[in-house]
Amino acid sequence: MSQDATHRLVVVGNGMVGQRLVEAVRERDVDRRWRITVLGEEPRPAYDRVALTSYLTGTSEEELCVVPDGCYDDGCVLHVGEAVASIDRHAKTVTTAAGRVVGYDALVLATGSSPFVPPVPGADLDGCFVYRTIDDLDAIRERAGVAGTGVVIGGGLLGLEAANALRSLGVDTHVVEFAPRLMPAQVDQGGGEMLRRKVEDLGLSVHTGTATERIEQLDGGRLRLVFADADPIEVGMVVFSAGIRPRDQLARDAGLDVGERGGIVVDDGCRTSDPAIWAVGECALAGGKIYGLVAPGYEMAEVAADRVVGGAAVFTECDTSAKLKLLGVDVASFGDAHGAAAGALEVVYADPVGGVYKKLVVTDDASTVLGGVLVGDASLYAALRTMVGRPLQDAPEQLLMAGPAASGLDDTAQVCSCQNVSAGAIRSAIGDEGCCDVASVKACTKAGTVCGSCVPLIKTLLAQSGVEASTALCEHFDLSRAELFDVIRATGIRTFSEIITRHGRGRGCDICKPAVASILASLGSGHILDGEQAALQDTNDRFLANIQRNGTYSVVPRVPGGELTPEKLIVIGEVARDFGLYTKITGGQRIDMFGARVDQLPAIWRRLVDAGFESGHAYGKALRTVKSCVGSTWCRFGVQDSTSLAIMLELRYRGLRSPHKIKAGVSGCARECAEARGKDFGVIASETGWNLYLGGNGGFTPRHAELFASDLGSDELVRLIDRFLMFYIRTADRLQRTSAWLEALNDEHGDGLGYLRRVIVDDELGICGDLDAAMYAHVDTYADEWAAVLEDEEKLSRFVSFVNAPDVPDPSIQFVTERDQIRPADQPADPVPIAGPTLEVMRR
Amino acid sequence: MTTDLEALHSVLHNVAPNAPSAGHNQWHAVCEDERLAPERGVAALVDGQQIAVFRTYGGDVYALSNRDPFSGAYVLSRGIIGTRGDIPTVASPMHKEVFDLRTGECLDNPVIGVQAFGARVREGRIEVLVPGTTPPRQVDATGRGSDVAVS
Repeated sequence: MSQDATHRLVVVGNGMVGQRLVEAVRERDVDRRWRITVLGEEPRPAYDRVALTSYLTGTSEEELCVVPDGCYDDGCVLHVGEAVASIDRHAKTVTTAAGRVVGYDALVLATGSSPFVPPVPGADLDGCFVYRTIDDLDAIRERAGVAGTGVVIGGGLLGLEAANALRSLGVDTHVVEFAPRLMPAQVDQGGGEMLRRKVEDLGLSVHTGTATERIEQLDGGRLRLVFADADPIEVGMVVFSAGIRPRDQLARDAGLDVGERGGIVVDDGCRTSDPAIWAVGECALAGGKIYGLVAPGYEMAEVAADRVVGGAAVFTECDTSAKLKLLGVDVASFGDAHGAAAGALEVVYADPVGGVYKKLVVTDDASTVLGGVLVGDASLYAALRTMVGRPLQDAPEQLLMAGPAASGLDDTAQVCSCQNVSAGAIRSAIGDEGCCDVASVKACTKAGTVCGSCVPLIKTLLAQSGVEASTALCEHFDLSRAELFDVIRATGIRTFSEIITRHGRGRGCDICKPAVASILASLGSGHILDGEQAALQDTNDRFLANIQRNGTYSVVPRVPGGELTPEKLIVIGEVARDFGLYTKITGGQRIDMFGARVDQLPAIWRRLVDAGFESGHAYGKALRTVKSCVGSTWCRFGVQDSTSLAIMLELRYRGLRSPHKIKAGVSGCARECAEARGKDFGVIASETGWNLYLGGNGGFTPRHAELFASDLGSDELVRLIDRFLMFYIRTADRLQRTSAWLEALNDEHGDGLGYLRRVIVDDELGICGDLDAAMYAHVDTYADEWAAVLEDEEKLSRFVSFVNAPDVPDPSIQFVTERDQIRPADQPADPVPIAGPTLEVMRR
Repeated sequence: MTTDLEALHSVLHNVAPNAPSAGHNQWHAVCEDERLAPERGVAALVDGQQIAVFRTYGGDVYALSNRDPFSGAYVLSRGIIGTRGDIPTVASPMHKEVFDLRTGECLDNPVIGVQAFGARVREGRIEVLVPGTTPPRQVDATGRGSDVAVS
């Protein structure tokens, strides 16, 4: 296709906006007439800069990446790490710093902006940083490990974001703002005061109305900030986050028109003073304005893309509403937040005790919403923002308290400002495309995929359309797993027959039976192979071992924290040798023995149990391992005893059944050798305690855990993990990992981690005592499942290959030798023997 | 019981009228009745064949080949018993394909199935009917049966 391409498009810059432009051109250029070359200065493809801070709390570079699979092929090429050095407008070429020369028919500049560093003497000292790229964050993270204290210069949106980041890195943080209040561009004095109080409550020091005079280097790498009218402070690092400046040097050098205060001048088609060159995003001066937000940038990208391929799209003044969710404080402003319009009236609601401040700006006749400010509770942000410029249906004070009736949302109202998605587009996704949940609306319309602030509104629209996403477990139960858990817990019913008779239909299946088995096990209802419960178990739980592809099982004894004495190590070796098993070290610091037939399992367990081992629950949806490093005991970098903690945690939660398997890790220092952030819960030692991370996982969609609490003592740490696990076990869907569960909490409550904090730290739902008691009960009643089978003749009798020939091993199991160990012989690829459906079966 | 047996013989004759062994089918006792709890399965070895025997909640017994046709492993007896609509089922422990306990038909992939055997409880013992050396039938993609000898 690309050989047919006759037009050459060059895009300078691969940020969020540059990437959007490429996708927008590809969407419109269906005949593939354009060959696209993208030159990006950063060493990586475009990533989500809006979510940059999450990089510090565990989101990986890959997860932040916004380049879809298959975007770049032979007709569309991306060169990263290639800054453009010059543009030759006459020859229509650009030349990169590496000397690459690329010709263009159309050129789009998406060079973005650079952080503004105020001209303060000492701003270039070692220990001073800016907050813009992944590389900046890597440098900040490294310094934060030794800095102790830090200061962020700039108390605006970006500054608070950076302060949040420093705080998450364990740095004692100051914020210095020149203006008399925080976030001066977005909030008014009243909102600023509320915000300040909230931010200070979180342990940050706020200095407003303060001008930094100079920065001095002290001995040992520390820095002193000297202010005009305040005492100096000494810190380990400084982060400048005081606004942005458009990167227009390339355009200046090429002789394009730029604004007096910077920015490449573009017309309403995003075209520069050279008709072959467009500019989009934060480098462009559109309508005399520089937009420092991604939403207008996306809009420009769509307009420029349309123009490049011959369209006539127009960029109009754009929404600069912003919602910030950081430091646990909601802050939002939209429209004419400062009441700048002539005669504008302000309706204010302030609750200093609850830390809530809301303001609505309306026209002088109170007929139209102009804008507003929300601090402390921004749940109405998306709904109120869509009201801007529209006639007021309700009384302003009612609007402020309860929000607009969403049924009044007309189809043109913009629900997602980041992706410019209207209420109508979402309604059509629901009605015409059959979207029935937030995830599918996101996938279909892209709404809610950038900042996520409109997700509550999407849910409202979903609810209004009458779409009810089914949470039914399977054809046998209309209840969700969480509802079923509550029913079983509340009613005290403990047999599957009674549960399904009273709350379901039929006789169950491979979905609901193991789910009920897991719920019963979580509620401590005896051995999992007791009575009727045995028939609910999936094969792994039924044989307390992991089924492998030839029908044999693998056996994994528990090795708490990965610590193993030489004697026990020898026992495992002897057992594996005597039963002819294949052995492999697992990913979770244990030893897996493969190739056991069902009839061999009890004898294998007998040897292991006698040597002091117990079941490792490798077969169950249960706690698997708590991985650890050697910590301060042996490691010269370790700051805490990670091995002891890992063993304690693993023993505490062993046997705990859950909706999905649970893994954990404890690292003795920030080097993170236990990879704790890749686990459902991870603990990383700090100098003064333990940092707790929640919601990570490996597997198909890896995700780093997010920082939940810092510098905890051991008792507090255990209490939080107890409650986290119990709350997850009670409320998660079947087979929902903790990461997906947290994402669902995000969709449900806005800030999932914040919600979790309110539930398990502040006890907002009043259930913490119950969660604690449930975990104590688990810990108190734990018993080894293998030993229990060995002591029970009836259970033991089930461990035979054949009911009518207990001593005959399964002849279908065959092994071959590979690298001195057994492995399953390959099955002959034979035709499937079958009885036709016409073959009648006898019944009793 | 005799009538049941006759019914089966006539079916087998219809299926494979020329098979000389069609008349040599035999009931084999595999275990005591109480050995098989409701909604459980056990494997039995009968004439060198692995048979999975199941009991439903209502007490009916069924027998299928123990071989999971998707993985080739002999594990069907370890599946979870349940229902789909009114059909009594077992889900393979390997990849959870669901089979009709009455016919061996795979409800998730009707082209594939497993052999079904007669099963009954008699004098306190569970018995399965194994058709001697009758060649198993194979069904092609249309679902039409044909007689194919399988080694």
